[in-house]
Amino acid sequence: MTGIFDTPQVDWALVAPVLVVLGAAVVGVLLEAFLPVVARRTAQVALSVAATVGALVAIGWSWHRLSGVDAPTDLAGLRPGGRALYALTTESGGSLGSLVVDGLTLVSQALVVVVALLSVVVMADRTATREDPFAPMVSAVPGSQYERLAASRGLAQTEVYPLVLFATGGMMVFSATADLLTMFVALEVLSLPLYLLSGMARRRRLQSQEASLKYFLLGSFASALFIFGAALVYGVTGSLTFDEIAAATVTPNGLDKLLVVGVLLLMVGLFFKVGAVPFHLWTPDVYQGAPTPVTGFMAAGTKVAAFVALVRVVYVMLPGMGWDLSVLVWTVAIVTMVVGSVAVLVQGDIKRLLAYSSVAHAGFVLTAVAAGWGTGETAVVGPWAVLVYLLAYALATVGAFTVVALVRERSESGGLTGEATSLGQWAGLGRTNPVIGACFMVFLLSFAGIPLTAGFVGKFAVFSAAVSGGAWPLALIGVLASAVAAFAYFKVVVLMYFPARDERPADADEVGAGGSVASQTGAVGTATLARPKTAAVVATRGCATGVIGLCALLTLLLGVLPGGVLTAISNILQ
Amino acid sequence: MTTLTLSAATPSAEAVAPQIASGPASAALWLILLPAASAAVLLLLGRRADRWGHWPGWIAPAASCVMGVIIAVQLLTADTAERVQHVDLGSWIDAGALNLRFGLLVDPLSVTFVLLITFVGTLIHIYSVAYMAEDVNRRRFFAYLNLFVAAMLTLVLADSYLLLFFGWEGVGLASYLLIGFWNHEVDRGHKISGAQALENSVASKKAFVANRIGDLGMIVAMGLLFAQLGTLHFVSVPGQAQGMGDLGVFDQVAGGGLTTAMATGIGLMLLLAACGKSAQFPLQSWLGDAMAGPTPVSALIHAATMVTAGVYLIVRSQPLFDLAPNARLAVAIVGAITLLYGAIVGCAKDDIKKALAASTMSQIGYMMLAAGLGPVGYAFAIVHLVGHGFFKAGMFLGAGSVMHAMGDETDMRKFGHLATKMRVTWATFAFGWLAIIGFPFLTGFFTKDPIIEAAFVRQEGQTWQPWVFGLVAMLGAGLTAFYMSRLFFMTFEGKSRWEPEAHPHESPRLMTWPLIALAVGSAGFGFVFVFKPSWSWWPGWWPNLADWLTPTVGPVAHHEPVVHWLVITVVTLALVAVGVWQAWIRFGAPSTVVPRTAPVGSPLTVAARNDLYQDHVNNGLLVIPGTYATRALVFTDGAVVDGAVQGVARGAVAVGDQARRPQTGFVRQYAATMALGVVVLIVIVLAVQI
Repeated sequence: MTGIFDTPQVDWALVAPVLVVLGAAVVGVLLEAFLPVVARRTAQVALSVAATVGALVAIGWSWHRLSGVDAPTDLAGLRPGGRALYALTTESGGSLGSLVVDGLTLVSQALVVVVALLSVVVMADRTATREDPFAPMVSAVPGSQYERLAASRGLAQTEVYPLVLFATGGMMVFSATADLLTMFVALEVLSLPLYLLSGMARRRRLQSQEASLKYFLLGSFASALFIFGAALVYGVTGSLTFDEIAAATVTPNGLDKLLVVGVLLLMVGLFFKVGAVPFHLWTPDVYQGAPTPVTGFMAAGTKVAAFVALVRVVYVMLPGMGWDLSVLVWTVAIVTMVVGSVAVLVQGDIKRLLAYSSVAHAGFVLTAVAAGWGTGETAVVGPWAVLVYLLAYALATVGAFTVVALVRERSESGGLTGEATSLGQWAGLGRTNPVIGACFMVFLLSFAGIPLTAGFVGKFAVFSAAVSGGAWPLALIGVLASAVAAFAYFKVVVLMYFPARDERPADADEVGAGGSVASQTGAVGTATLARPKTAAVVATRGCATGVIGLCALLTLLLGVLPGGVLTAISNILQ
Repeated sequence: MTTLTLSAATPSAEAVAPQIASGPASAALWLILLPAASAAVLLLLGRRADRWGHWPGWIAPAASCVMGVIIAVQLLTADTAERVQHVDLGSWIDAGALNLRFGLLVDPLSVTFVLLITFVGTLIHIYSVAYMAEDVNRRRFFAYLNLFVAAMLTLVLADSYLLLFFGWEGVGLASYLLIGFWNHEVDRGHKISGAQALENSVASKKAFVANRIGDLGMIVAMGLLFAQLGTLHFVSVPGQAQGMGDLGVFDQVAGGGLTTAMATGIGLMLLLAACGKSAQFPLQSWLGDAMAGPTPVSALIHAATMVTAGVYLIVRSQPLFDLAPNARLAVAIVGAITLLYGAIVGCAKDDIKKALAASTMSQIGYMMLAAGLGPVGYAFAIVHLVGHGFFKAGMFLGAGSVMHAMGDETDMRKFGHLATKMRVTWATFAFGWLAIIGFPFLTGFFTKDPIIEAAFVRQEGQTWQPWVFGLVAMLGAGLTAFYMSRLFFMTFEGKSRWEPEAHPHESPRLMTWPLIALAVGSAGFGFVFVFKPSWSWWPGWWPNLADWLTPTVGPVAHHEPVVHWLVITVVTLALVAVGVWQAWIRFGAPSTVVPRTAPVGSPLTVAARNDLYQDHVNNGLLVIPGTYATRALVFTDGAVVDGAVQGVARGAVAVGDQARRPQTGFVRQYAATMALGVVVLIVIVLAVQI
């Protein structure tokens, strides 16, 4: 980067997807200030849906433009020789890495936007008593007079929609940038709204607020590590853009160790976001505490954005450091797969189970990332596999958490209250609610990687990428770990569909693997003592059910006929 | 007698390259979709479709049949070079080296099968409307039958081993479902007791397991082919990516892509698959039990179509077998053994359906033998297969008609003298009977005699083979005449041996018309489509089945049997006459008394009644050791594996508990763990650097 400030030339059409989303978020904040209470919710939901759909259209246009680029462009694309467009260029035509539009960007942005759209639809869904998943007045102390007042007035927290849009915009930039500074800003833009959203649950407020605070503290810690790493890298290489760092790492300059440590810290920041062990500790607590639609959104969206960012760091910034760093990715991948898969076995709470499951999935995706330092065609196969896996994972995750949001406890009086997250309460759900049960089974099978679901295609993609990149031990461990984790998913399926052997209602104790009591340790209060035994699916306006059906359908479709999608992703990555 | 030798490795087909389908052939997918859609509708609507379920049930295969005829006419009127057409169905997975495209191959071989399956299938569907009229589950029955037709059409139209395997498993599934169709007590229509229901479901399982053994062969063959050649497509289609070098299996085989040893191995694996599906020795034991299914099922699946899939597989894989003479010899040997085996068993069975099943086994043995003879036999294997489809389906339906009349009785010793009561069934059955024994100028005469003749042909490097195969085939013809005549006479001639409460009557028209149609086919098919006279006035364009198949299986190689053909024909006819005569004096003549309970009989008869102890052998060789092995395994499983698994599970849970331990909920501790993680990772990375 030259020292002189160079006015960037902006290709607005390429920035449009991000601009639409962030612009709508700003408008949403203004709506919050100027619209009367009654109109806010409708306006916000409409704006969010319009913004995400608009962003999808803009992404489609960029996709079209990128497909038309035949000659491989220079640096800072996916790889030297890959196709890329630059949203920001210098007057002289050189690229600024702040926003790179290549296949990786487009696929991940599309995925993030679709996840956001689905999540907004789920968040907007309300029960017959007009309850949405969010506390009517987050600032009120739980149980206080003020809160009761807010509830009785029918207040609703409509800031969630702009917050989701801000986070979405952050994710979109996060996965598109090839510049450490922009990456850091995007990281914060995506994280801060999520911290807030995590603390807004209508029920189990204390748990939710605790989750929010934990997420914020640990997230700040991780951000600090990231920015410290970026500083070290800048110190060694004198640049913040990926192509220049890549060029600088080729020539040894005596500061290699410092560079390695810097890159490592940087990657730790990303590992935190994807929930890789040992930086995953926040995941179960936050996933459990956050309002369930938010959990779905961040579990899917954050993981997509962070993994794409990780891929870009590995493939574009550090192609020459494989020898130094593959041990890092290997170690983290192995530990993540093993710990995630094993821990998922002992969970008695469905949200924590899904949380550990997402940790395990992070490990599986890392096997494909580890393939990155191979040579030749691996350079495309790795990112391709990551994207395919994330697509499968995102669909199933959004769907699964939406199901969790709908399954409620039945109180003594027969009314449906909070979410029934204790696994024991899910016994027989497949028989009482065949459609929702079947969809949830599809998601679980997809998580387990059973053929004819998207999850199988994803696992096939990442493990074959790992093998072709020479990381076959990772693939082997991955297959074994998925077998272990599949056990946990099947247990839930069995629980939902098959009657307990004797007529005793299955309770949480039987559910934990090997009969271990599914006790929840820790400060997160999830005592299951007085929970009702049964659960039922709450009746809503139907938006959430639609999202579940759509996710299940796409999961099956991608499993049965993966050809078209796989080819499209592969083509745009070339 | 001249003994010209024939080169075994003669390239038997001037390969006709496939071209992109045009005209009606390009809609070939609808052949499969129609019955598949009908099956889906009938299954998904459930009881709601009970009242009208049989309508789509029979209309769908009929519509497929009409389409099949249109496609056949299109191919007939086209040049020979344009008779192999390919329909691309798109790519299922296209991931670099793994490119799985699906497509349909519309060529004379597959279209022949399409016509057989849909025409005979439609007749059997119509017959079933009446046969199953009283059954509460008739809709489900039609759904399964349609499923079968769709799967069978997939099998024969597939352009790759992979898609073929889909159909292969589909017909296996349909067969399993239909053999065990009466797997619960039924007290309306066909009365099924609890014990029978149990037997039926055991029979369906037996068929399923025997088929799985064959399927294993198929899977191994596919694995070997893919590992060796990188593709599973039969032939390359111009302008289409298909795998390694964009060449199909057969193109690569022709280009020397396989060693002889590998081709032999693959051929033997395919033979194993064919044995399972086509009930050939040593996997034949399931077919007799499969007669537990409703009779239309036996006619369609276990006589006319599914069991011939093995023959189709061998004939379709012809280029592979051309490269592997030893594998081909194995095919012929299996065919010869089974043809005798089935014939001997058929001589002793008193159950009309089981006798017919044994006959089916034997006739498929003929087809396998013909397929194993190579270029001199491929066409005749298919020709006999089609003819057999007609007369055997007709006879099975006739048997169903008899059972219908006799209150579901199947023991022929309790039949007799039915000719007077059931004129149509008797007459149509007579055509089937005469056709199968090779009565001059009926179908069997034109389809089986060429196989016997071809079996007498000495091929390059062969010594004993023509004599053994020829004499076995000839002896089989005599036995066929005996057991089929026995069956016919025991059922329709002689004195009546009915149960007191039996009131035989002719079946309703819906059942007799299909019988008449199949009888016409049994009588005339051979004369019309196989007989190729040198008369000057015979129209040159008249379709001849063997010539029609040339683009796929190659021209019938010129051959000269070791014995003059006239001798073969005369001796065969003499043997047939002896067989019929023997059957007549033992079972047919008005003066003979057929005991109502089977006499003890000679050891051979007893053995034949017991399927030549195949079940005992299976029991001794496989089931009992299998049971013990299973017990041992269960013990080991309990003691060692379960111990290990539970140990692992406990270990995993323990590890999980350990993994959960840092999950205290305290942020300070999480942060500390992260910091520790960073330090450990830095140490690891730097340690590797040193």
